Amino acid sequence: MSDDGAAVVAAVEAIAERIENERDHLTQLDSAIGDADHGGNMARGWAAAAEAARDLDDPDAETVAKTVGKTLMAEVGGASGPLFGGSLVFAAGELDEGITPETAVAFAETYLEKVEDRGDARVGDQTMVDALTPAVHAFKKSIEVDDLEPIEALAKAVDAAERGVAFTVPIRARKGRASYLGWRSVGHQDPGATSTLFILEEVLDVAADRLGVEVPETDASSPTIPDEDPDEAAEDGSAAASEDD
Amino acid sequence: MVGIVVVSHSERAAEGIAEVAAEMAGDTRIEPVGGDGKGGIGTVPDAIEDAIDAAAGEGSDAADADGVVVLVDLGSAVMNADVAVELSEAEAVIADAPVLEGAVNAAVAATDPSATMESVREQAEAARDMEKL
Repeated sequence: MSDDGAAVVAAVEAIAERIENERDHLTQLDSAIGDADHGGNMARGWAAAAEAARDLDDPDAETVAKTVGKTLMAEVGGASGPLFGGSLVFAAGELDEGITPETAVAFAETYLEKVEDRGDARVGDQTMVDALTPAVHAFKKSIEVDDLEPIEALAKAVDAAERGVAFTVPIRARKGRASYLGWRSVGHQDPGATSTLFILEEVLDVAADRLGVEVPETDASSPTIPDEDPDEAAEDGSAAASEDD
Repeated sequence: MVGIVVVSHSERAAEGIAEVAAEMAGDTRIEPVGGDGKGGIGTVPDAIEDAIDAAAGEGSDAADADGVVVLVDLGSAVMNADVAVELSEAEAVIADAPVLEGAVNAAVAATDPSATMESVREQAEAARDMEKL
């Protein structure tokens, strides 16, 4: 099995175990503002996804991601099926050259874009987008601008997602079933943002484990403003001039 | 010929809506699809994809296909249909229309020999303004 493929299988197995352990927690969050099925749906879907991933014969990273996405689409149900699974199937194509810092950033950006489009949700709607957006932004900047080690970039992404989950608590839901509650949704943590954080935490743990390193102590804040803008840097291949004088 | 797919959380609702629309549909292909595949309420992207392919006449007379207009009920059915449209090789669009009224309008529009996927979608979406009283 390719190293990258094996790494993704290991991550999926870890996610399945974590989601199973958090099943009641997720259901409890969802029963406050939704239909109390997020824990059960996600646990069932990820268990099936882990099984499907294990059954693949020497897969590459893209194949594992596609298989997991398709299984989630079929098994999770509700809006989480197309959001978690459909976005994964779509973003998996970014991993066709394997997992590198560059393909990982492309994968993360494509995944976020797909979730936003499909769910028609933006930051501040009290959805998984509130956890995903800061995670993807922190990861991209850490890789493309700060030149951090990928594992440290991932650790920053996890911290960013944690802050995003906390942000869902004091805001009003604008999408999904919780939005029917209007102002009554204020004060509740979003289940989809929470499970997104659990998934990212497991990806970080498995990555550190496979690299044989400790999970880096870091947080998503940065003391400096870089001179370079990642989008411009990507377009020109050179650093853009700083404008903050 | 433009094909039509009716997607509902309930398999029986999808079949019933397709049955009503078929009254007006001549020999237009109308494919109902719904349910979670295990006898429960829900929708599955793979099943919707199969229905789109069937409505397009994939395999037998695919060359004859002019695209597929997909009618959907609510919430996650819309997202799953969106995924299915993306996955399917056939040309397909989702109509932003009430599922039953839209399906009937689409069925009538599809019988027009000059119908296109866009014209059928437009007629389906015109059902949003349908007044009953």
